[in-house]
Amino acid sequence: MEQGGGTAAQEFRPEILVFSTATISDIGVDLAGSSHLHYPPTAVAIPLPCSSGVRPDWVLYALTHGFDGVFIAADGTDCPFVPDCTDRTAKLVGRTQDLLREHGIPPQRLKMAAICSVCAESFQKHMKYFFEEIKKLGPSTKAG
Amino acid sequence: MSARRIGVYICYCGGNISDYVDCEKVRNAIAGEEGVVVAKTTMFACSDASQQEIIEDIQQQKLDGMVVASCSPTLHLFTFRGVANRAGLNPYLYVQVNLREQCSWAHTDVPAQATEKAVHLVRAGIAKARLTESLDKIRIDTVPRALVVGGGIAGLRAALALSDLGISVFVAEKSEKVGGWVAEMGRMYPHERRGSDLIAKLVEEIGARENIKVFTHAELTAKSGSVGDFSVQLSVADQTIPLNVGTIVVTTGFGSYEPAPGEFGYGTEGVLTLPEFKRLLDESKGPLVYRGKPVNSIVYVYCVGSRGSSKKEKPNTYCSRYCCNAAMHASSVAHDLSPSLHQFHLFRDIRTYGKYELLYEEARSKGAVFLKFDEQQPPEVEKVDGHFRVQLKDQLTFGDEIQIESDLVVLVTGMEARADKSLNDVLKLPLGLDNFFKEIHPKLRPVETVIDGVFIAGAAQAPRNSAESVASALAATAKSAALLKKGYVELEPLVAVVDTEACTWCSECVCTCPYAAIEKVTAGSKEVAQINSALCKGCGCCVPACPKGALGVKGYTDRQIRAMIDAMGASHE
Ligand SMILES: Cc1cc2nc3c(=O)[nH]c(=O)nc-3n(C[C@H](O)[C@H](O)[C@H](O)COP(=O)(O)OP(=O)(O)OC[C@H]3O[C@@H](n4cnc5c(N)ncnc54)[C@H](O)[C@@H]3O)c2cc1C
Ligand code: SF4
Ligand code: SF4
Repeated sequence: MEQGGGTAAQEFRPEILVFSTATISDIGVDLAGSSHLHYPPTAVAIPLPCSSGVRPDWVLYALTHGFDGVFIAADGTDCPFVPDCTDRTAKLVGRTQDLLREHGIPPQRLKMAAICSVCAESFQKHMKYFFEEIKKLGPSTKAG
Repeated sequence: MSARRIGVYICYCGGNISDYVDCEKVRNAIAGEEGVVVAKTTMFACSDASQQEIIEDIQQQKLDGMVVASCSPTLHLFTFRGVANRAGLNPYLYVQVNLREQCSWAHTDVPAQATEKAVHLVRAGIAKARLTESLDKIRIDTVPRALVVGGGIAGLRAALALSDLGISVFVAEKSEKVGGWVAEMGRMYPHERRGSDLIAKLVEEIGARENIKVFTHAELTAKSGSVGDFSVQLSVADQTIPLNVGTIVVTTGFGSYEPAPGEFGYGTEGVLTLPEFKRLLDESKGPLVYRGKPVNSIVYVYCVGSRGSSKKEKPNTYCSRYCCNAAMHASSVAHDLSPSLHQFHLFRDIRTYGKYELLYEEARSKGAVFLKFDEQQPPEVEKVDGHFRVQLKDQLTFGDEIQIESDLVVLVTGMEARADKSLNDVLKLPLGLDNFFKEIHPKLRPVETVIDGVFIAGAAQAPRNSAESVASALAATAKSAALLKKGYVELEPLVAVVDTEACTWCSECVCTCPYAAIEKVTAGSKEVAQINSALCKGCGCCVPACPKGALGVKGYTDRQIRAMIDAMGASHE
């Protein structure tokens, strides 16, 4: 069960933190599971009410505390709360990537995509692709 | 050191989880976590027996936190909050972990890794549970009065139904008289009664009610407060009238699609929209005459301004639903006025759904001819010597080129959302892609909007005929009454909070809130932000805006998120 950054590079399995949204994208993530659409099991989700509520310093914290990539599963146009939620989340992602650069972390470690409540396949594809992309980058730095 | 006493239950889900995740291994891995005093596995956490066992544990072990690692929270979050509640544990001290949809089912191919992931997920749940706090639902007393905005058939029927239930109603109608489109209509489908008569009857009934007050020339200009207790302002003529109501029903109806100049000859004399043609029919006593000339033949072009058909920049993509029916009905009325009339219906699809199929049958039996065109090759309309010449390729005869001469061309125009920006500046209701007001969910929560206590009904919501408009108006009535009759409402307490120590009232957050829930207050010697918890929806979009990190949403606090990240991430370092 031991794995992760320190050992041989070919064994590196990136740990991915997904910020999902409780009423929309988390339902899409659920659907990926109930359809048995396999994606890397190192991806774990923390649901929030809306993706425009992700704090940039949470992303930085995750990338310096064991996660190698952060994926924001935004609501797209379905968000029940905030009509321009995707625009807001996109701006937030820009801001967060600046913060990551300041800390010498490649901004590609953060990715955002709209995942709706039936976007199971798209979620699976994103996870697989993001996993491979992060793999190329190698493990993220640790807190220090 | 946590002084918390948490019970953790890991569910097999009868194999759905345990076939792929080694639940015993997960339990052993987390049993020693800080604060965990009960760690058990169970075959079905949601079964009565398991629920009872959890209740006993809570009471005997004096638990002050609870984690069930089972299926998706969409399924059982409320079930287990209920279990907590029955055991006397505050339901917001409960955390659900999703081991089925987001673990066992998603990773059936790699059981060992699924088990590893399950451990992380349960650890995160425990970390979150350690930081939960007891919360009470927000209780608000309600005012037994409602405001109906828009006095068309939907609004008038809503007003009467609310009045029947003992709720006082104010109706705000923008124009000089109530009744909307229906007030102007003659014979209507499917009942063949005159629209103007229907409205006259409703107006008479409303006049006899003491608990309904109708304002015409009235517009809603301000709204504050929240569900059950709104303060609103109407501007009536040049007066301002303040009102206090518990719910608001918005029935502002629709606009009719206005074709672009030249769209199927629009702008030429003799090319009419469906409402214009309906007016001509309603005003005719005998054989049809248009501008002094007898009408012997009519061509109808369907779907104008609907289903992507438009010369305008952003065509409406939806089907307007009412127009097939209304055009069939108009065709029968026209036939009754001029039995020798030749009528040609150029359609893309006939959508006389349900019982309205009878309208189609009737039009056909009265001699109407139907020709189908392809949307890529719409008919062409030209005027030659005072007559129209309409050309099309008829799909029903495998693309035959057909030319029809006619006296009138009726464009079967669709419905559009009213372009009423000033109203929505006040109401702040979400609009759909079609610009109509958007309900939360057409099946699960129809007529409700994201603003609690504000309902939408009638053609303001989507293209609808009058029976459908009234049905939704009555749904909005029922929901309003359910809310107001109880005397109070209870709201989810998972709302934003301000850390007043950290807040410096820079006011950065204020404009980020879509619900205007952030206001300025004085706390001790300084000014700080405060969240109106009755308005806040807990979306958290204000949270990243605060440069001081002073904002958080209950149940998703900064400490909780970091603790969850630690719990899941730390194990990989
Ligand atoms: C040509 C034509 C023929 C039709 N024939 C039939 C038929 O035969 N049978 C049938 O069932 N249906 C028919 N319909 C459909 C029918 O007209 C609608 O279903 C019905 O009018 C919807 O009622 P409503 O109250 O929702 O909206 P509306 O009739 O549009 O009424 C809305 C009211 O709100 C008011 N308002 C708007 N904005 C504001 C504001 N900001 N503040 C205050 N008040 C405001 C308006 O002035 C209006 O009085 C036909 C429609 C057309 C166009
Ligand atoms: S109801 Fe009929 S005419 Fe109207 S948009 Fe739909 S298909 Fe076209
Ligand atoms: S952004 Fe933060 S510091 Fe500024 S007013 Fe809002 S809560 Fe206070």
